[in-house]
Order: sequence, then C-alpha cells, then structure tokens
Amino acid sequence: MNVYDIIFYLFAAITLASGFLVVTVKNIVHSAFYLLFTLFGIAGIYVLLGADFIAIVQLLVYVGGILILLLFGVMLTNKITDVDIKTGTLHIVPAVIGVGIFWGAITSILTSTHWKSLPAENIEPTTAQIGTLLITDYVLVFELLGILLLIALIGAATIARRDKE
Amino acid sequence: MFDALSELFGSPIIAAFVSAIVPLVFIVPFVIIAVYMERKVAGHMQDRLGPMRVGYHGILQTVADFFKLLQKEDITASSIDKRFFNVAPFLVFAGSYAVYAALPFTSSMLGSKIDIGLFFIVAASGLVVAGILMAGWSSNNKYSLYGALRSAAQIVSYEIPTIIVILSVVMFTRTLSLAEMSEMQTAYFWNWNIFGGAEWNLTKLLITPFMMIAFLIFYISSLAEVNRTPFDMPEAESELVAGYHTEYSGIKFSMFFLAEYANMFAVSAIAVAIFLGGYQSPFGYVGNLIGAEWLVQVEQLFWFISKGMFFVFVQMWLRWTLPRVRVDQLMTICWKYLIPYSFVNLIIIGIITLI
Repeated sequence: MNVYDIIFYLFAAITLASGFLVVTVKNIVHSAFYLLFTLFGIAGIYVLLGADFIAIVQLLVYVGGILILLLFGVMLTNKITDVDIKTGTLHIVPAVIGVGIFWGAITSILTSTHWKSLPAENIEPTTAQIGTLLITDYVLVFELLGILLLIALIGAATIARRDKE
Repeated sequence: MFDALSELFGSPIIAAFVSAIVPLVFIVPFVIIAVYMERKVAGHMQDRLGPMRVGYHGILQTVADFFKLLQKEDITASSIDKRFFNVAPFLVFAGSYAVYAALPFTSSMLGSKIDIGLFFIVAASGLVVAGILMAGWSSNNKYSLYGALRSAAQIVSYEIPTIIVILSVVMFTRTLSLAEMSEMQTAYFWNWNIFGGAEWNLTKLLITPFMMIAFLIFYISSLAEVNRTPFDMPEAESELVAGYHTEYSGIKFSMFFLAEYANMFAVSAIAVAIFLGGYQSPFGYVGNLIGAEWLVQVEQLFWFISKGMFFVFVQMWLRWTLPRVRVDQLMTICWKYLIPYSFVNLIIIGIITLI
C-alpha cells in the first residue's frame, strides 16, 4: 500500500462518515455542515484521480456555491432548527425491496464492467483539453446551458425586483 | 521546490509535508510584523505614536500580545454548539492557508506548480465562507450570526467581479497558472500585465488603461473579500460587537486573527502576481549582472514580499482613511457598479486581445 492509497482511504473515510452523518443527525444545520466535509472528500478523490479541473469545480460550485446557498436558506428560515427531523423506519417491506434492487444493480454493474486502470504516473493538466472539447464537440450543449443560466438570472432578477406602485 | 526537497529527503512524502509547512514559516512572522505595523500606521494616521512601551518604539508589542493570547483562558459559553464551534477557526485558517499553495514566492519557491492555480485560489475561499458561517452559527449569538451572514453575503457577491477580472486577465495571458503568469512578465516594470504584458505592439498601448481599470476593480473587491475597511461590515464593532468571532477567546480567536492577516497578504500577493509582475524585479537583477544564480532567487523573494507588503500597507492606509460603508451601499457598489464595469472591461480586453 503506497501513500496514495492511504490518502485515498482517508478521503473515502471522510466522505462516507460525513455522508452517513448528513442523513442521520437530527439538526438540519448540522447536516448541512457535514455535507461540507462530504463534498470536500469527493474533491480530494477527484484530485487523486488526476481530474484537477473537476476537483476544483467541485470545490467552487458545491462548497463555494450550493452549500453556502443551502446554509443561507437554512439560517434565514425562521425557527427551522426547532423542527425535529424524523429518522425512523417506515414501510420496511417496500424499502427492503427497493434497496435490494438498487444494491443488486450496483453490484452487477461493479462486477460486469471492464474497469480501465491506467498507471497514475504523469498526470496531465486537463483544463485546455476540456476547453477545446467544450467549444468544438459540445458547443451546442455549452451554448444551450449558457442560455439556460441567462434565463435563470433574468428570472431571479424579475422576482427580486421591487413592484412599481 | 518540491523536486529539490524530495531529492534532499529522499522521499516525496516528507518533501510534501515540508513544502506544506514553508508558507507557515512565512505567515507567523508576517502576522506579528503586520499587527505591529497596523497599530503603528493607525497611530501615525491619527497623529498618535501607537505602541511605544515594549522594546524600542514598541517593536516587541505583538510578541508580548501573542504570549498573552496563548495564556488566556479558553472561554466557551455554555449554550454554544461545541463541535462546530471548535472546528470553525481551523477551517477558516485552512481555507486561507490553502491559497498559499499556489502563490509563487520566487521562480522556484512555490508550493505547487498546478496548471490552474488561480482557479484553485478562487475555489479555496469557499472554505473560508463555510468556516465563517459555521463560527457565526455555532456561537449561538445574534451578533455572531449577523456577522457571519453579512460576511458570507459579501464574500459571495464580491467573488463575481473578482472572477470576471481574473478571467479577463487570463484571456490576455492565456494561462491560469500564477507561476507561468509571473514568468511571462519578465524583469523591468513596463513588462508587467498592468502595462500590457511583455510584447511591444499596438495591443500593449490599447490594453494598458483597461488593465488599470481591471486592477482597480480587483483590488476593491479583494478588500471586500478579506473583510477589510471600508468593507468590514462583518466585524462592525459599533453594531455587531465583533461579528462572527464575538464568542471566541484565546487560541481560537488568534486562529481567526492569523487567518485574517494571512488573507490580507494572500490577496495582495495575488494582485501582485497577476498585475504587477509577481516576483519579478522592476529594474532587472543584480544577480544576473554579477553572474550569481542564487542571488536572483533572493532578489525575487525580496521583491515579491515587498510588493505584497506595500499593498498590505495600502489596505491599512485605507482602513484609517475611509469610513465604513452601509450594507446596502456595499451591495450597490458590487452589483450596480463593479459587476457591470468588470463585464464591459472583460469584453473590451477580449476584443483587444483578439486583434
């Protein structure tokens, strides 16, 4: 086991443990904070996979954007911390069937997929390649996403605008 | 630096740990000097003398303060959220320390030569926001929570003009790596990005004024990102006691303090590396003149730190000159002025770069 394995297991442990806590803790602000560590752990795993750009986008978008938005929403909502989140067991039979099917599907994918494993030497920076792909092969999707974001922005501005008397 | 260290220690793991500690060796003395400097600057701006008692002209004042902070009782109020209360200061410091991984102190002394250094720096500030929110919420104190929310709102909104300005410079230099960017702005100050880069042509002449605007926008929004006056709403002592670190004391408070000063230098250093040539000397190197390779490195370190320190000084200067803005003014400055200006600037720089 070399040092990268140890780092991988460290990040994986962080991700799994905090992910478990996200769904089990009773306090909604606590689970939002635990989500921070989950997302951070995933970013670490991306770095180990050599996907530098995606790792940083993960940090920027999820930790810097979505998580902060989530925390803002939770904190600005009145008395949200007093709400008891129920973490009990309901409908055991359908749940077991659903989880069983999901588990079966995942294990079958895991065993049947032919995993490509490349040696982790010489990790190349990926930013330039991603940029080139985005404006050549995926230019339509890219532009459409841009328009979608623009629509969202205009919509947000319209909602937030003060009504004219 | 990493390669040299791994040769020295014979193991990349030890080298990685050592190169991770190097910025800390810089930050701690820097904070001690900067706190002293802040108090002296404040004093002289207000026609006072500042600290005078401990050592010559009070030069050991912050060292004494540091030991005082270490000895202080670690007070934790009874109704706080213990777990997150204890984690938050370290998270904030981790976020601001992460930035130092991509700062090129000299051409060989930098934590990591990652290709997307600038992008990484922008992303790392997300951790700071999360840490501040955590601190404010877990303190279970109205003032702390308000301070944290203000701080987070401010950092998130001012990130937009910062990113757009960075984007316009990146379009011009065609690299996201701070090390490469500094390398391109080779010696002599007219080659710096703020004066249109190292190539002599029409572009340089056209782009210079817009680069200056970009620099100004970047500097203003970086002030807001590190919560410095005139944007220190999160810590506005006249309304919020001390903002998000009201409930902290002793060593945990000093972590916030350390993070704040580390951030001050970090943003100044980023501004220097993007616009003002990074570690490059403005007048050429003595080391090259007399043929001493090692001297060049020392000079680069000197220039990087002194340029950074100059902008830290400007931050202090502004702090004692300008009054604090109101929250609504803060948001107006960002959304109605800085963001449109930076967008227009982005388009103009893009067009000039194309022709």
